[in-house]
Amino acid sequence: MSKISELSLTKIVNGIKKKDFSSEEVTKSFIDNSKKSKKLNTYITECFDEALKFSKNFDKKKDYKGLLSGVPIAVKDLFCTKNVKTTAGSKILHNFIPTYESTVTSNLWSQGAFLLGKLNCDEFAMGSSNETSFFGNVKNPYGEKLVPGGSSGGSASALAAGLTPATIGTDTGGSIRQPASFTGTVGLKPTYGRCSRWGIVAFASSLDQAGPMTINVEDSALLLQAMSGYDSKDSTSVDKKVENYSSNLTDKIKGLKIGIPKEYRVDKMPTEIDDLWKKGIEYLKDAGAIIKNISLEHTMYALPAYYIVAPAEASSNLARYDGVKYGHRARGKNLIEMYENTRSEGFGNEVKRRILIGTYVLSSGYYDAYYLKAQKVRKLIKNDFDKAFKDVDAILTPSTPSSAFKIGDKSDDPVSMYLNDIFTVPVNLSGLPAISVPAGYDKNNLPLGLQLIGKAFDEQTILNLSLAIEKRANFKKNYKIWWS
Amino acid sequence: MSIDKDTVKHISKLARISLDENKVESLSKDLTSIMKFIESLNKLNTDKTTPLTSIINASLKSRKDEVKDGKIRDQILKNSPEKNDEFFVVPKVIE
Repeated sequence: MSKISELSLTKIVNGIKKKDFSSEEVTKSFIDNSKKSKKLNTYITECFDEALKFSKNFDKKKDYKGLLSGVPIAVKDLFCTKNVKTTAGSKILHNFIPTYESTVTSNLWSQGAFLLGKLNCDEFAMGSSNETSFFGNVKNPYGEKLVPGGSSGGSASALAAGLTPATIGTDTGGSIRQPASFTGTVGLKPTYGRCSRWGIVAFASSLDQAGPMTINVEDSALLLQAMSGYDSKDSTSVDKKVENYSSNLTDKIKGLKIGIPKEYRVDKMPTEIDDLWKKGIEYLKDAGAIIKNISLEHTMYALPAYYIVAPAEASSNLARYDGVKYGHRARGKNLIEMYENTRSEGFGNEVKRRILIGTYVLSSGYYDAYYLKAQKVRKLIKNDFDKAFKDVDAILTPSTPSSAFKIGDKSDDPVSMYLNDIFTVPVNLSGLPAISVPAGYDKNNLPLGLQLIGKAFDEQTILNLSLAIEKRANFKKNYKIWWS
Repeated sequence: MSIDKDTVKHISKLARISLDENKVESLSKDLTSIMKFIESLNKLNTDKTTPLTSIINASLKSRKDEVKDGKIRDQILKNSPEKNDEFFVVPKVIE
């Protein structure tokens, strides 16, 4: 039985269709694993009974038309799920039960999947280690003392540990790709506008994007296809045909031009990251790609610009948590004091820091100096990419400047935590698609990922390139189960 | 730019977050280090750059102005921490 949970999403979908096993057997297998995984702290809400019931009904109805027919999927607790608690990892939403379903999750359900549970994440997706969650930090299957990355840390950990066949996360500055890199899994941030943001708890609206997290590239293509599409409820979603990413998936990438940006060779980068990058270049050369050196000259300004744009947007998005309409409420002598106490009790330290930074940079007299400046820098960063993509089809970089670090190592110093996203943030600022694919290990046998950045709406090319890397890197999960 | 303790208190007021006096000092330190990091942008001359307004070249769609999800008062009130029939309840605002 436990063997089913070792299979990829694609194999599970096909196995159910071919009746090699039932949806109920699949569901039981993942529930069994999940029940034994308390030490990982991945789940905020378990929907095991409902999932089992759904799977039994599915097996009776035998409707195999969907892309994900009969598959249980646990999702990041940032997606609103109808009648199932949605917390965003925050105390301020600890009791929030949406009366509606996010578009992305409904897309999955209309392809025949159903909800297995809601997965832990950094509070309001603000963090790179899953340490800011009100529900406690998540642990990495690769080590009890290691962070799984963040903010989609619960999703990455649950996926890597075999608790869900696939999952979805959100990525504002690297929140899908960095945890994917830390857990040896595949994480894709689609082009801004590819997936609807409707019903996702908002962090920074011009950067947020949902995406698939899977154990291999083939699954990533399948899940991306299932979740993407235009949505009239999100005016920033783009009405562009969703490709058949799965059937178009190929590792025949001969002749594609790959850019290597020199600015990503940052100071103090561990040699093993540099070695991994070189290996990635060799893999792609071996597959017939043409390697070109390129320059993305404003890369060093991406993180500082991000830490203006993201907190500014967050401070206005999070103004809605006032203790009146939903969520936690504290007492106060008058309305203002009630607001202030509610928000003081309801938000954790990192969220408060970001709201305060956002409030500061948007406050009277500072708008031009900070927000407008950041949007100008963003333009320069985007121009760099536009220029580069005239000569190349995709860009290869490391996903992260290190492997998974220890819990507590960076939690005292916000800026050192922010530096984790140095390779992932420029992509969000420019709205481009990017994927992290596991490509090797560091000296402690911890997974490391490579990132491929694509042209807008060209997810197919980065999926194909990732497949070529995946086949050559031959990455296998190599942790010992310590949590059950 | 350093964010001193008075500034921390001022922006907390603007953000409607009450602060314990003993947290002001450490917040001032954290926010100052974040602002110092941010201010590396000042090295870059952007006088001739226009700010980014949209990252994807897609024009916004227009739609008919019609109610599609009305009559859901009970759903909207469902998660309210305090309600009275069809109203949200808040502390008294008028004396």
